Amino acid sequence: MSDLNSSARAYTEFAKGIWKENPVFVQVLGMCPMLAVTNTAINAVAMGAATLFVLVGSSFLVSLLRNYIPKQVRISTYIVIIATFVTVIDYVLKAAAPEVHRDLGAFIALIVVNCLILGRQEAFASRNTVKMAVADALGMSAGFAFALLCLGGVREILGSGSLFGISLFGPNFEPWVVMILPPGGFIMLGLILFFFSWLEQRARDRRARAALEGGA
Amino acid sequence: MSGEASSARMIATLTVAGLASGLLLVGVYEITKPIIEANNAAALERAVFQVLPGTTSMEPIVERDGALAIGSGSKDEEELDTIYLGRDSAGTITGYAIPWQGTGFQDVIKLIYGYHPARGVVVGMEILESMETPGLGDKIFKDASFLANFEALAVEPTIVPVANGAKTEPHQVDCITGATISSKAVVKIINGGNEHWLGLLPEGDPWGARPEAPEPTPEPTEPTP
Amino acid sequence: MESFVYIFMGAMVINNFTLSYFLGLCPFFGVSGKVTTALRLGLANIFVMLITAFCAWFLNTYILIYAPYLKIISYILVIASTVQFVEMVIKKLSPDLFRALGIFLPLITTNCAILGLAIFMTNKGYGLGQGLIYALGAGAGVTLALVLMAGLREEAELSDVPALMRGTAMNLIIAGLLSLAFMGFAGLFSGA
Repeated sequence: MSDLNSSARAYTEFAKGIWKENPVFVQVLGMCPMLAVTNTAINAVAMGAATLFVLVGSSFLVSLLRNYIPKQVRISTYIVIIATFVTVIDYVLKAAAPEVHRDLGAFIALIVVNCLILGRQEAFASRNTVKMAVADALGMSAGFAFALLCLGGVREILGSGSLFGISLFGPNFEPWVVMILPPGGFIMLGLILFFFSWLEQRARDRRARAALEGGA
Repeated sequence: MSGEASSARMIATLTVAGLASGLLLVGVYEITKPIIEANNAAALERAVFQVLPGTTSMEPIVERDGALAIGSGSKDEEELDTIYLGRDSAGTITGYAIPWQGTGFQDVIKLIYGYHPARGVVVGMEILESMETPGLGDKIFKDASFLANFEALAVEPTIVPVANGAKTEPHQVDCITGATISSKAVVKIINGGNEHWLGLLPEGDPWGARPEAPEPTPEPTEPTP
Repeated sequence: MESFVYIFMGAMVINNFTLSYFLGLCPFFGVSGKVTTALRLGLANIFVMLITAFCAWFLNTYILIYAPYLKIISYILVIASTVQFVEMVIKKLSPDLFRALGIFLPLITTNCAILGLAIFMTNKGYGLGQGLIYALGAGAGVTLALVLMAGLREEAELSDVPALMRGTAMNLIIAGLLSLAFMGFAGLFSGA
């Protein structure tokens, strides 16, 4: 029975990262990579995968060693662990997928300062069991990847007329080039956040109406 | 968990973390190093073969104190002290591939171009790195008619950029409409490379055969099946 | 060899760290819409960047040539230590400033602009002089972006922004327009 509860709890920890506590749309973390690598959908997916590797790996280790890390040096230790994973994925990508590595550029290394990762270690992984920590990390990474793909997909479709490199509209399509440039990134993300807060508002109104009808 | 940890424990934790991290990273580095170097060599070879049509083998040539010699220069790309000699399958020189860089519209443009000394022309050009405006400046590596400029481009007296469609002489380059600054930057970079290297290039083929060939060349005495 | 003026102006306006490279966005959106706080945070950033550029050059020249895989770890540890040091100095010299900056001072550590500076500087192969000028330009650019953003947000507070858009969504659109304006600086040094 407790095993079932534990699995249910693990699923909750996982699911919250995708929507309710989505790192980008709700917590507003990880803005730098969010805007920088979303000029194509494939870059967005690659960044999502790299972040997943670092976040899950770090959360796993931090949770495993949480009783051995003295409080005073915990931030430094987390940083060393995170930086190690980032360096590993940097070299692995450089060897296995040089084009992706070149497109993502310095932003692979910048995963180390993604406030999302250090934040999860401090807020969750250091206070929970390994199973929960990994579930949380997977959920947050999935939510982050989802956000990256949303913005990356839209920007690539509008800015290059393609998705994952596959041309969608044929050669006569006049691409909206600003979408793959910095201003387009900022504005598009602003509009997406606007859209999501509108969805939130609708959900809230529906719940309020349901509560009123239930009470009456 | 205990309360305030002792200094010894704090130092021990950081030391262990540092050592473990260091060991893991050394391992990953050593494993990936040969793959990364192979990737870089393959990319360079592809670029050289692209700008020197007909090339099947290449050798690095380095400049030291104003003299050229076979060999690689510093691994630092910024030094720009190495060019590549291309030969076709018969062993004839196809030209020299010269990497060079300079300021573009947005940021630095890095390119490599092929120069045929006997004919005195540029025979190919490939952009290696550029941050030019997508849709406009990035046409310097996407626009086929712009790239065609560099297939037989005379370098005497100097390469001159002209407005699109105004090219009449072999040493002129048709710039891309709407991306004139990026186009002119490419011309300026090639002129810069020529200024640096052309005076150093020797007449004919003084390089001779290398004592140890990197890949086996077909021997004329191969037994026929 | 790029000239110092080119490096400085390039980092400050042509390829502004915040508006073109998307670095340093957390304080950019998080810092209150007060111009004076933004200016002070920007200056703290410049100071940390200068020290980081020096340390990065030192590490690159003497230590990292033997162990290039320690790049990321050593940079981030240097930055964390520098920020800790700057925090102590500010606390001693000006407790008011320390209180005004609050949480944003230790957050400079996770500011991608600082680590980004170290990495870009290394990739471009800058020496000590070039690196310091680059840091100065990058810091000035980040400060410029912060101050402009704070000023625009002060104005936006008084405007009739739709409720659903208030907050980060509006700030992103303002940042987009600012970034669009800065695109006009491209080609400043083309000298064609």
